[in-house]
Amino acid sequence: MRSIDGAVLDLKRLDLLATGDSSIHRLDARAKVLTTFVFIVSVVSFNRYEFTALFPFFIYPVVIASLANLPGGYIIRKISMVIPFAFVVGMLNPLFDRALFFHLGPFAVTGGWISCASIIIRTVLTVGAAVILVAVTGFLSVCQALERLGTPRTFTVQLLFLYRYIFVLTEEGARASRARELRSCGRKGLGLASFGSLIGHLLIRTWLRAERIHMAMLARGFTGEFHSRQVSGFGWRELFYVAGWSALFVALRLENGAQWLGGLVTGLLS
Amino acid sequence: MSHHIVAVKHLQHVYADGTVALQDVNFTIHHGESVAIIGANGAGKSTLLLHLNGYLIPTAGEIRIGDFPLTKKTLPEIRRTVGMVFQDPDDQLFMPTVFDDVAFGPFNLGLPVDEVKQRVRDVLEQVGAAHLQEKPPYHLSGGEKKRVAIATVLSMSPDILVMDEPTSGLDPFARRQLIGLLKDFQHTRIFTSHDLDMVLELCQRTIILHQGVVKADGPTREIFGNEALLAECRLEKPLSMQGCPVCGKGK
Ligand SMILES: Nc1ncnc2c1ncn2[C@@H]1O[C@H](COP(=O)(O)OP(=O)(O)O)[C@@H](O)[C@H]1O
Ligand SMILES: [Mg+2]
Repeated sequence: MRSIDGAVLDLKRLDLLATGDSSIHRLDARAKVLTTFVFIVSVVSFNRYEFTALFPFFIYPVVIASLANLPGGYIIRKISMVIPFAFVVGMLNPLFDRALFFHLGPFAVTGGWISCASIIIRTVLTVGAAVILVAVTGFLSVCQALERLGTPRTFTVQLLFLYRYIFVLTEEGARASRARELRSCGRKGLGLASFGSLIGHLLIRTWLRAERIHMAMLARGFTGEFHSRQVSGFGWRELFYVAGWSALFVALRLENGAQWLGGLVTGLLS
Repeated sequence: MSHHIVAVKHLQHVYADGTVALQDVNFTIHHGESVAIIGANGAGKSTLLLHLNGYLIPTAGEIRIGDFPLTKKTLPEIRRTVGMVFQDPDDQLFMPTVFDDVAFGPFNLGLPVDEVKQRVRDVLEQVGAAHLQEKPPYHLSGGEKKRVAIATVLSMSPDILVMDEPTSGLDPFARRQLIGLLKDFQHTRIFTSHDLDMVLELCQRTIILHQGVVKADGPTREIFGNEALLAECRLEKPLSMQGCPVCGKGK
C-alpha cells in the first residue's frame, strides 16, 4: 500500500508540473488537447503489423518534454509503468499468430511478435502523449478544454471527480493499511478477515471523505463549473501549433517516415 | 444589519442510523457577536454547525440566516454569507496548489481573474501563509493547512464565520496567531472548541450543548464560573480560571 501511496504522490507531482511556465505551458489548453487527440488517432490507426513507421512519432513527446522543461527521468518512469500492462495485452499474439515474417539471424520473427511489439510501442506513445499533456496543462485545464470543445459538462465534471477520488481513496488506503500494519506487531500473516474488514472500512471512509470534500466545495459556491487563473484564448500561436503538428502526424501516418528517412540517407550517400 | 443574524429554532437532527444528535436546539446570534459552542465529545456540535450552511437538512425545526429561512432556494446566497471552516483541513483543501485552492471560492463567485489574484494574495498575507502560494496543500504541516483552510473561507468575504475546533492540532505559536487573526475579524463568529482558554479570550458568549440540547447560554465568564454545570456537562474550567497549582493562589 505504501508504494501505491507513493505512486499517487507522484501523480500529484504530475499535476504540479503543470504550474510551470514555458511556451508550451502558456498555450491554450484546447490546442494541446486537440494536438494530443490527432497524435493518438494517428498512432492507433496504423495496422497491427506496423512497427518501424511508429518510431518517428517519438519526436513529438521528446520535443514537447524538452521545450516544457519536464524532468525526463520522471516522465519516463511514469510511462514505463504501463509497459507490463501492454505486454499482458499483446502476450498471446506470438502464440496464435505464427506467420513467418523474416529471419533475424537464427530467430524466426513471426507476425505475432511484430504485433506484440507494435502494441507496446503504441501504448508507450499514446500514454506518453497523455502524461505529457497533463504535465504541461494540468488535469483541471484538460477537463475545461474538453468542455470548451463541446464535451458535455456532466462528463467533464465526472472525470474530474474521478481523478480527485483516486487521491482520496489511496490516501485513506495508506492510512488504514498503516494502522493495520502497526497493530499487527510485525507478524506476516495478518489474516484474511482483517483484510476484508479493512477493505470495507476503506470504501466507507472514502465515501464519507469524498462527501466531506464535496461539501467543502459546495460551501465555497461550487456549481459544477471549474475556473482557472490562466486566461488564454485560441490565437494564431495555437492555430500554428495544432496545424503544424497535425500536418506532421498525418504525413508520418501516410508515408513511412522511417523508410523515407532511410531513403533520403541512402539517396544522399549514393 | 439584520442580515447577519443566525436564528435556530427547535432544531432536531436524527441521523439515518437512528442516532438523535440534536434534540431541540434554540438560540439566536446577533450581528458581530462572537459565540463559542462547547460540549463533550458527541454532544452534537459538529452536527449543529453542518446545519448552518445547509449541508444537513433538519429533521425538524428551522434555521434562519439573516432575513431568510434556510431553504433550497436561499442556499446559494446563504453559502456565500456563511463561511465554514471544517475540523479536518484535509477535507477542505482539494486543489493542486494553495493558490488554486484559495481562488476556488472567489472564482465561483464570478469575480474577474485580476481581482481573484489580488484577493488570494491579501488573505494569504492575512493568515501568514503568503509564502505557501505555489505549494501543494498536501505537503503542508498541520498548522499551515489550517491557516490555508481559513484563507479559503476568508477569500469569499463571508459575513458569518463558522469554525469547527479551529485550534485543534495547532502548536502554541500557531494557536496564538490564529487567535489574533480571529480577534481582528469584525463579523459574526461561531466556533466549537475544547480549547476553553481560547473561548475565554475570544467569545463573550458561550452556549453549552449537552446530549443534543442547549444546557446553558450566557456570558462566558458566568458559565465558566458555574462548576456544577460544567461537571454535569463533562467539561472543566479553563486553566486560566483555575487556581495556580504551583503557588496555590487562586485567580
Ligand atoms: N453520519 C453520522 N451517522 C450517524 N451518527 C452520527 C453521524 N455523525 C455523527 N453521529 C453521531 O451524532 C452524535 C453527535 O456527533 P457530533 O455532532 O460529531 O459531535 P461533536 O462534534 O459534538 O463531538 C454522536 O453521537 C455521533 O456518534
Ligand atoms: Mg465535532
